[in-house]
Amino acid sequence: MSEKQVLVEAKHIRKWFPIKKWFFEKQAYVKAVDDVTLSLYRGETLGIVGESGCGKSTMARTLLRLIEPTDGEIIYDGMDLCAMKGKELRKLRSRMQIVFQDPYSSLNPRMKIGEIISEPMIISGIKKNQAECMERVYELLDMVGLDPTYVDRYPHEFSGGQRQRIVIARALATNPELLICDEPVSALDVSVRAQVLNLLEELQEKLSLTYMFISHDLSVVEHLCDRVAIMYLGQLMELGTVDQIYDNPSHPYTQALLSAIPKVGQHDSTGRILLEGDIPSPANPPSGCRFRTRCRFATEACATTPQTNEIEPGHFVSCRLMYEK
Amino acid sequence: MKKNKKKMTPKAFLKRYLRVMVSGAVLLFIFGVAIFAPLIATHDPYESNIYNMNQLPSAEHYFGTDVFGRDIFSRVVYGSRVSLAITLTVTTVAIIIGTCLGLICGYYKWADRILMRILEGFNALPGILLSITLITILGNGVDKLIIAMVLVRLPSIARLVRQQVLSLKEKEFVECARACGASDLRIIFKHILPQCTSPLIIRFTSGLGGAILSQASLAFLGVGMDPRIPNWGGIINEGRAMVMAMPYQCAYAGVAIMITTLAFSILGDGVRDILDPKLR
Repeated sequence: MSEKQVLVEAKHIRKWFPIKKWFFEKQAYVKAVDDVTLSLYRGETLGIVGESGCGKSTMARTLLRLIEPTDGEIIYDGMDLCAMKGKELRKLRSRMQIVFQDPYSSLNPRMKIGEIISEPMIISGIKKNQAECMERVYELLDMVGLDPTYVDRYPHEFSGGQRQRIVIARALATNPELLICDEPVSALDVSVRAQVLNLLEELQEKLSLTYMFISHDLSVVEHLCDRVAIMYLGQLMELGTVDQIYDNPSHPYTQALLSAIPKVGQHDSTGRILLEGDIPSPANPPSGCRFRTRCRFATEACATTPQTNEIEPGHFVSCRLMYEK
Repeated sequence: MKKNKKKMTPKAFLKRYLRVMVSGAVLLFIFGVAIFAPLIATHDPYESNIYNMNQLPSAEHYFGTDVFGRDIFSRVVYGSRVSLAITLTVTTVAIIIGTCLGLICGYYKWADRILMRILEGFNALPGILLSITLITILGNGVDKLIIAMVLVRLPSIARLVRQQVLSLKEKEFVECARACGASDLRIIFKHILPQCTSPLIIRFTSGLGGAILSQASLAFLGVGMDPRIPNWGGIINEGRAMVMAMPYQCAYAGVAIMITTLAFSILGDGVRDILDPKLR
């Protein structure tokens, strides 16, 4: 990764979901993703970490335009994704795929495995019919470590881990460059988790894929990712390489998150930063720094929106402390 | 799943399929009567005979004769044709159109706002009253009767499908298909519609019973169809004048309606029970 080539660039992405209202009320929004800017380099794995409800999944879906962003720009390989319409966009979809969290609802229960895996190829027009796809289906099943004879079975005959492998096989059917993994292993047993993660790693090497890996499991992210983005309440708190984030966490939220990783041999909670209170509602987030209601270092100055600073090359932090020392 | 069926003990098999088999056999018999009506009927159902009116059941006229001297047995046999044909047509057409409407409403929000409001408007009136109103507007005739009965049935079917679509639309496999670039049509027909089939089959079989009843009610009220055409509701209506003196004139058609409706309902229940556990 000496020369970094940008594959996806998201600029000031916003996704606000309107809240149902009475006609005389002012329209309110859930600010699921609020002004996120990040880029994804070719061949890397970018981890997105955050609590549940902080907008990770919304951002993933917005990046693929599965949901329309309220505002902002998405540049995919030099093309403006937001300006694309119907056919053009559908054509591009074969180049980016997503793996969802729940392998049980990700597979159509009425379709055979063979049909499921060949569907993306038929849709994108690579292959014309089921029969033409079969060779590739066998190849894909073999690639994800499943027996090719499974093609005639239905999804309910498989376990969670096997299903997630099928999901991955389907996602890879059209030879995509980008694979967004939305918590791909959190619904799986711990024993199966490692297998699926290793499979993802293997596949990345073999097919030179770019991953965006969404997770709330910090140790998984450390193991798998090149760069990490920390999200809180729809905004990026810190972004940097794994080493930068894990060795030198600079945002108070990141510090608190990392201190919560259980360590072998540690029985007391010394050194743990305990966050007080709950995550505020994304419908009515705090002004200025989103984290200030729970931050140890918060002062009145935090009520103004913090700038994002590059404290070392590639390491971005949005916290007032970082530039007012 | 196929393996399970083979392994099932005869007792469990009977427990599961008894209702469907019995009601199915009854319906098969009724449909057989309708199809072979000319062979079964003893007289011309249209032929009236002034000298023969209001006869008691006899070897010549199994069910007796009505006020016009027509053979009631033959009329009941022939009546099954009209009643069943209208019932089947109405339910099938209503299911097909209702499903399409439900799919559109569930999938497209803008269509939902317009179409569901109109369909809900239909629901504001009781079914029979709405049918009568529609027939009054459209005019008499079997085709118009069918249109009116279909329109009355659309809202509930559309709503059933719409609810299914609304929940299925959020499923991840639908989102996956969209992420693969599938068109709306493909998603609707390949991913959403196949999941709706079980509730639709149930709705179809149980809807047949209701349709036969409401067809009979309309015919009894003398709405929509030429009363000379033999049909069960009409036969009851004709016997109404003599109901105090000769209640059997109504009874035969009434019993036919009852058995058919019951058989359809039990079939519907049976089918539901067979399909349901697999659903969830």
